[in-house]
Amino acid sequence: MTEARHGLHAKLAWRRGDMVLDVDIALPPTGITALFGPSGAGKTSCLRAIAGLERASEGRVTFGHEVWQDSARRVFVQPHRRRLGYVFQEPSLFVHRSVAGNLDYGFRRAGRPAHLDRQGLIERFGLRGLLDRGVGGLSGGERQRVSMVRALLSDPALLLFDEPLSALDANARSDLLGCLESLHAELDLPMIYVSHNIDEVARLADHIVLLDQGHVVAQGALQATLTRLDLPPALAEAMGSVIEGAVVGYDAHDQLIELDFPGGTLWLPHRHEVVGQRLRCRIGARDVVLTQAPLAGTSALNQIRCRIVAMADADHPSQCLVQLDAGGSTLLARITRRSWHAQGWAPGNEAWAQVKAVALGL
Amino acid sequence: MALLSDQDLLALGLTLRLATTVTVLLLLLGAPLAWWLAHTHSRWRRPLAAVVALPLVLPPTVLGFYLLLLLGPNGWVGRAVAAAGLSALPFTFQGLVVASMLYSLPFVVQPLQNAFESVGVRPLEVASCLGAGPLDRFFSVALPMALPGVLTATVLGFAHTVGEFGVVLMIGGNIPGQTRVLSMRIYDHVQAGEYHQAHVLSLCLLLVSFVALLCMSLLRPGRHARD
Repeated sequence: MTEARHGLHAKLAWRRGDMVLDVDIALPPTGITALFGPSGAGKTSCLRAIAGLERASEGRVTFGHEVWQDSARRVFVQPHRRRLGYVFQEPSLFVHRSVAGNLDYGFRRAGRPAHLDRQGLIERFGLRGLLDRGVGGLSGGERQRVSMVRALLSDPALLLFDEPLSALDANARSDLLGCLESLHAELDLPMIYVSHNIDEVARLADHIVLLDQGHVVAQGALQATLTRLDLPPALAEAMGSVIEGAVVGYDAHDQLIELDFPGGTLWLPHRHEVVGQRLRCRIGARDVVLTQAPLAGTSALNQIRCRIVAMADADHPSQCLVQLDAGGSTLLARITRRSWHAQGWAPGNEAWAQVKAVALGL
Repeated sequence: MALLSDQDLLALGLTLRLATTVTVLLLLLGAPLAWWLAHTHSRWRRPLAAVVALPLVLPPTVLGFYLLLLLGPNGWVGRAVAAAGLSALPFTFQGLVVASMLYSLPFVVQPLQNAFESVGVRPLEVASCLGAGPLDRFFSVALPMALPGVLTATVLGFAHTVGEFGVVLMIGGNIPGQTRVLSMRIYDHVQAGEYHQAHVLSLCLLLVSFVALLCMSLLRPGRHARD
């Protein structure tokens, strides 16, 4: 049984200025877990505490069979003995070393493990031509790619990402997101990904931990958690459903792709997807219109037949959140109370979710 | 006529030996101190930083006077030295080294401290997450990144020791080959009305100082090389 089978468990409490952080997080042993929340929620502090960079935290952190911190028994394993990779928001490259020197810093200290494909990672992240360069002349995206490969080459048992894309421009961000998606598909490594960007989270994460004001509000599987109706107002913008399916069609003329997901199909704008690939797509609760029946004469390309599961108050008194079952996938719609009452809906009723394809373009 | 007399050459050699010894020792001892000052959250940080900075504002004679009392046969350091079976420090080269180290301390510690502070905590955290232990981090990350500060500290420490006078006067005296350094020699020449010799030696010191500062600015990365 490998250490990763047990995953990470962190139960920590500490003060940071006026804020009290108190978190109890249990992560599954594989896949990407997002730490998500509004800025100031304590996501980064949480990640730093897990890494052992936040000495003020009290509590217990275990990873697999290893105890990383146990304040009651005065156990504190230094970060360099935790076998973790940490990708910071700013790439934080060593300016006195070349790109190759940066990449090999952790690789050498890990004993150049044979199971790590150094060359392959360098190729995949497009760093081959940069190896001999100094880090001063690199673009933001290149720097962050170096810092990611540097972390991967240190042979981590757990990878931590602290908003690695937030300082990048749209192109670099999309590139790196692709790299991360492919890593996710291939690596067995558990990863924690801190972000306040719900679209990034929707594309990458399998699990999510929602943080607000230093506390864990909810944690669990991504889809189930983001469609819960009892999340606090601070997380309202994140609410919506994430569906996953296979690309089954491509309309070259209209530049649209068709996604087959449990519960129906969706048309959405084509970027660089190919038929046959798996794709995730986030449908924000604000982007869903509910109707009693399918409409003719609408510009909404997607009409999905659903059953109403439940309704709950939204963060604004004029609005409510409606949870829908599309026949295997859960959708969420944010509508006005006026509409809800005007249509006379109740849980169990049939309704049609209208989703603009335009709203699905990431 | 030789430009420099044997006595002058002796003083020059002694001065260089003193400055080199002091600089090397100060770098070795000052680095941990500077590191501590740069990274500690202890409440003793500010008082200690003030003590380190004292020689910047204190008249050298005051420093020398207290050192004389402290190191002398009745001072507690002097007694400890005597109890350890060692010869007394005042009016010896070793005494001069100790005094000069105190006198030049801020010129070495402060550039080092600034350099360590400007490296910041982040590169060390990165190194730590890449598997580097504390000593490894210091030598593989902090020191190379702080190199310009180390050079500044070296040059300032050396140049400042070369130029000291007051402390030497108080604690070293004027013993040829032992404590008679260049600045003492210049003073002697002027006292004796030997302005020509004083000129030559002064020019030496001026040149050393200028070259030191020039080297420092040449060795520093250019203003636009780092961003």
